[in-house]
Amino acid sequence: MNCAQIRHLLDAYLDGELDAVHTLEIDQHLQGCPLCAALYKDRQTLHALIKDTPLYYRASSALEQRVRRSVQQADTRPLARWEQSKRWLMLAAAALLAIIVLSGVRLVSTAGSSALANNVLANEVLASHLRSLMAGHLTDIGSTDQHTVKPWFDGKLDFSPLVIDLTAQGFPLIGGRLDYLDNRPIAALVYQRRKHFINVFTWPITSDDGSKTAEVSLNLQGYQLFHWVQGDMNYWAVSDIAASDLQDFVHNLQS
Amino acid sequence: MLRYEQNGGALQVLNKRTRTIPGRTFEETTLLHLDAAYNLARWLMGNTQDAEDMVQEAYLRAFKAFDGYHGGDSRAWLLTIVRNTCYTWLQRNHTAAFNVEFDEDRYQADCETGSPERLFLEKVDRETLRQAMDELPVEFREVIVLRELEDLSYKEIALIARVPLGTVMSRLARARQRLQKSLSHALNKEQL
Repeated sequence: MNCAQIRHLLDAYLDGELDAVHTLEIDQHLQGCPLCAALYKDRQTLHALIKDTPLYYRASSALEQRVRRSVQQADTRPLARWEQSKRWLMLAAAALLAIIVLSGVRLVSTAGSSALANNVLANEVLASHLRSLMAGHLTDIGSTDQHTVKPWFDGKLDFSPLVIDLTAQGFPLIGGRLDYLDNRPIAALVYQRRKHFINVFTWPITSDDGSKTAEVSLNLQGYQLFHWVQGDMNYWAVSDIAASDLQDFVHNLQS
Repeated sequence: MLRYEQNGGALQVLNKRTRTIPGRTFEETTLLHLDAAYNLARWLMGNTQDAEDMVQEAYLRAFKAFDGYHGGDSRAWLLTIVRNTCYTWLQRNHTAAFNVEFDEDRYQADCETGSPERLFLEKVDRETLRQAMDELPVEFREVIVLRELEDLSYKEIALIARVPLGTVMSRLARARQRLQKSLSHALNKEQL
């Protein structure tokens, strides 16, 4: 390397950024070239001068507090929005429940006694389905494994619900939870159909359930409800999927 | 040389001293580097108030981008944001600081070829040096601050300033050359 090339690399040499080969070459050159050596010495002096001079600006504690505050504000803002939307959700939930109760009252005044019993229950079932979606409390035990979900109910209920996975049929099991229907604790199983959820409520039939054993298919407020009795168990399936899809689901569950 | 990788556009300089421990919060990760952030902003902006505004703005930007930050050198990551925040402001406000569009050829041509000016830098005081640095074009000032005050490697500086490694080298050489010249002028004036 000639002097011009050496000088081009002098700063990288000073900063220890050169590879061993170039470093060695410059070492040797500086020993034999007083001009380049003098230039290098100036660079070293400048480097040392900057190092020895207090040039570093430190942040004031006021700036630190300011930064902390503004980051914390930015952090809480999305939360505040969520709190607000949660309030709206609660209002919407209350309004929906009011509609359900009112329509139940209307049914009471017009329907016969056995249909009446089913309709009251149907409204309860729908309310339970909606509550599970709105409160974000779909499952107590989230698992796609039927052998995990079924034992979970042990000791929580006085019966053991039928839990089967229908993933192969296009209705994967999501999980289960405890719910309360028809004046008793019951098992709720949650299945999914694409983005839609299906709640299946199940509990044992009792001797005075005679009028409730018939299959019932209902459409309430755009939701499909289907009731049947299998073995000695009551089943209610509810979802916002198409009626034919729900039929399909129920058939899979029954077989 | 440092190991470094660029992952999906995210800056990842792996450096033992400032490598982030996973799971740390934003504040734990970034407030350690508040001095570094302020020092860079202060040198780029030239005054306390603008520098503090830029630091606050940069921290907010960093906070919003924090989800996309997957570890690596948190100081270099933060300094990149501080640097970009300052440059955005300087460019928007048409500050005359952007005037170093020099090409490497010209640099080579007027590189030190003759007899070097002997300097007696021992006599330079802090204010003289500060002023000489403030008078440097912003791209030169930036490399001096990152190299001499933050002890960053050429590779880290290249990532922060978004320029090739060779440009970091030539900018540093050029910045030091300018500093030497202006310091020796200042000393000569004093002696007259």
